[in-house]
Amino acid sequence: MSRYTAVTDADRQAMLEVIGVASVEELFGEIPAAVRMARALDLPAGLGEAEVYAHLRSLAARNACAEDELCFLGAGMYDHYVPALIDMLLGRSEFLTPYTPYQPEISQGGLQVMFEYQTAICELTAMDVSNASVYEGPSALAAAGYLAKLTNGRPRFVVSRAVHPHARETLVTLSAGYGTTVEEVALSGGVTDAAAWARAIDDDVAAVFVAQPNFLGAVEDLAPLIAAARAHGALVVVSADPLSLGILEPPGALGVDVCVGEGQTLGNRLDFGGPSFGFFATRDEHVRRMPGRIAGETRDVDGRRGFVLTLQTREQHIRREKATSNICTAQALNALAGVVYLSWLGRRGLVELAELLVRRSAFAREALVAIDGVSALHEQPVVREFAVSLGLPDLASVRRVIARCAAERVTPGYALGRDYPEYADGLLVAITEQRSREDIDRLVEVLGRALAAERAAAATGGAPA
Amino acid sequence: MSVTPETAMQRERAVTIFEKGQAGRRAYQPPPLDVPERPLDELIPARLRRSEPARLPEISEPELVRHYVRLSRRNFDLDSGFYPLGSCTMKHNPRLHERVAALPGHARLHPLTEPARAQGALALMWGLERALSEIAGLPHVSLQPSAGSHGELAGVLLTRAYHADRGEQRHKVLTPDTAHGTNPATVTMAGYEVVKVGTDAQGGVDIDDLRAKADGDVACLMLTNPNTLGLFDTNIEEIARIVHGVGGIVYYDGANLNAVMGISRPGDMGFDIVHFNLHKSFTQPHGGGGPGSGPIAVSAELEPYLPRPVIVRRGGAQGNGSTVEFDLDHDRPRSIGRLRGFQGNYGCFVRAYAYICSLGAAGLRDVSETAVLNANYLLARLRALGVCELLPPAYDRLCMHEFVLSGAPMKRELGIRTLDLAKRLLDYGYHPPTVYFPLLVEEALLVEPTETETKQTLDEFAAAVAEILREAREDPELVRNAPYSTPVRRLDEAGAAKHPLLRQPL
Repeated sequence: MSRYTAVTDADRQAMLEVIGVASVEELFGEIPAAVRMARALDLPAGLGEAEVYAHLRSLAARNACAEDELCFLGAGMYDHYVPALIDMLLGRSEFLTPYTPYQPEISQGGLQVMFEYQTAICELTAMDVSNASVYEGPSALAAAGYLAKLTNGRPRFVVSRAVHPHARETLVTLSAGYGTTVEEVALSGGVTDAAAWARAIDDDVAAVFVAQPNFLGAVEDLAPLIAAARAHGALVVVSADPLSLGILEPPGALGVDVCVGEGQTLGNRLDFGGPSFGFFATRDEHVRRMPGRIAGETRDVDGRRGFVLTLQTREQHIRREKATSNICTAQALNALAGVVYLSWLGRRGLVELAELLVRRSAFAREALVAIDGVSALHEQPVVREFAVSLGLPDLASVRRVIARCAAERVTPGYALGRDYPEYADGLLVAITEQRSREDIDRLVEVLGRALAAERAAAATGGAPA
Repeated sequence: MSVTPETAMQRERAVTIFEKGQAGRRAYQPPPLDVPERPLDELIPARLRRSEPARLPEISEPELVRHYVRLSRRNFDLDSGFYPLGSCTMKHNPRLHERVAALPGHARLHPLTEPARAQGALALMWGLERALSEIAGLPHVSLQPSAGSHGELAGVLLTRAYHADRGEQRHKVLTPDTAHGTNPATVTMAGYEVVKVGTDAQGGVDIDDLRAKADGDVACLMLTNPNTLGLFDTNIEEIARIVHGVGGIVYYDGANLNAVMGISRPGDMGFDIVHFNLHKSFTQPHGGGGPGSGPIAVSAELEPYLPRPVIVRRGGAQGNGSTVEFDLDHDRPRSIGRLRGFQGNYGCFVRAYAYICSLGAAGLRDVSETAVLNANYLLARLRALGVCELLPPAYDRLCMHEFVLSGAPMKRELGIRTLDLAKRLLDYGYHPPTVYFPLLVEEALLVEPTETETKQTLDEFAAAVAEILREAREDPELVRNAPYSTPVRRLDEAGAAKHPLLRQPL
């Protein structure tokens, strides 16, 4: 008996008698001997709660986290503040421990949360409908590809090279199964090259994919990109950062078909990459091909307002091989954090936060390019993230600079050369509301010192840090 | 119309957060602007900016807390009641796991932190991979998939890559007619054709049907064992031989792993790929429908195709002076590629790892033994109370961790459907079992008590089912119109689908 089970010896004896077998062993008697374990699992013995806590704490202590160090990493996940009330609400048994609301009469709380979440996502993106969440950002973009495949069945996708590298790769992975090919469009001045984009699109293109702001932090001018796709009847998928929609024109207002994105910035922790949630919103005409759970409003037999899972004939448990997606468990708890966060920010707070990010990022960008050797990688407008060139010969030297900063407990940003050989000395820097002017000043100081040291070491042929 | 007076909860009509609040109220106080207040037009041209703010709620913090706390009380949850939802493994969620997952070293760790500075996280993931490998009996693990269905997709794409590497293009995937809906849905998404295999009189795969359908065009067979009927397929070795014999891959849907941990390993049964549901067997809380996590374990032959990056352990100090022990290897030319961003649902890994540390080898075996004991006991209790005269087991065998009853006689003799029984159970304070699945059992009721329930709870539940059948004999309308005590009563689901209202109008 472990601390999570409760069958005493007396219970077991009584239970076996009712079943009519002599031993627990007998319950497994049908399993052929050849496939039964003749030994115990090779795992350490179980530990008490305090010992497990201590072990997990010692592992946590070996991670350089944003609680203890100054972190300017973004590139898809951002260190925004998560309000205390989200911890409290997500920890409530009533939200934490049930499953998908298959029995709506006893799941009105969760279903109404989904309905509210869908409303919030529609408001943010200006799209007609939203589902109740998908796994996370990159797979949400790939799911939009599958919707396009079901819609028009054309053989090609066109994706901007400024879409998150993980999202581009996920799209390639998942479309390989159903045979749609993916073509990348190069960048010009930090944004999607509009001329190359228009050339890449023809009547064989099922969907096009662009990010707003893009991976380099740049705000794309979406209207001409959308028009080029529309001219050939391709679906338009925009992956948007939700907080940036506090200030940027929402994709729905530009007539896109699907707006997806990573929801982590809406009240979810970094958690080394997950769980967070992906949002997926579309136009009314595509709703019956949308993946995932959708909550809808209805009435009970006494006329009370209530909520249910609806349009389920799209889904795997009903439609099986004809389903619009295989998704079952999604990210309900993380989406709850999302709608609570948006309500916490509120109508004005979202705008104020976005404007703060824009101004802080502009300040940080100017301060960084003032460092000797550093220049802007592009001149496009940005919201909370921007790219600079460090004036170094290669990715290895960028990594050494990052390591020098790390020694001073500052992570200055993400080395763009890891994904973009053409930006070998690029650094992507994210500024959240948790990075104050004082923090930015420190970044400038530490990065400047690290760059000077790197140049000095290179000049003397000295050993790398 | 209802014959019972409204409860307090029922009188509380549903009002959304968007209908609450008032212009001017707020919960958020932004940090002070500590940089120059440049005009926005200088920073982002007006034509790229939003002209109208999103119509989000305007609400104070106390109102916000009260709204969601009250909403939470309109949910049934595992912490307050028995939740025998078959196939979902609703076992107790230890609160320790929430505490350790919230430690800043885990919760505020950026996913792109250099591996040298995230050694604790990578060591944890490595440790979890090794434990899952041992439990599955297969040597290599990827933690990346986000849920079971995502793991399935990874697995079927692995088989595609495996065959493609051998110059083969196969077109069919076999799934038994008892399979979870995610299996056939996955097959289609991965570009294969579904071929159904029948079920024999004992509830296992129909071997003759399998032989007839297994040919050189079959990429893979997807199977759960124990299957969705809660039965162990005793022909498993032969099944694996048949599929391997035509060059196919045998895929294990791990939804039912809770029955066999430390007792029988999918790898030893002949499976080549296994997915785990950390939110089932390893007690990641279900969260009202996620997050989940769906790692996969594979044989050596399939290892080159695993999603990238993979976690590697380097032996000792590196030639370049680095002392990084755990690293992420992105250089995997034969990989199917990424399935998502970053490294997977790490927060779920922390919880599952903590669970495995708590239980150890003996504890995991105890989990499965107790889960199977509890299921067989509950079935025997229902039988002893006469319930099975109207709700007989679909197959008259010992079950594993769950069992299926058929409500067909109840429907025929009393005019009570399985749905009615489920709804009446709500009034008794229970979450009903899974209903109308598996599809091949008429009026199915799939019951999975899990190992964390006591004998007393099982006794009380069995008595409640027996009592509802007594009510159904005496006053069938009482059961047909249930529930009465829930925040809302039966809802018009057909109407909701016919006239979809999917957001709050503003």
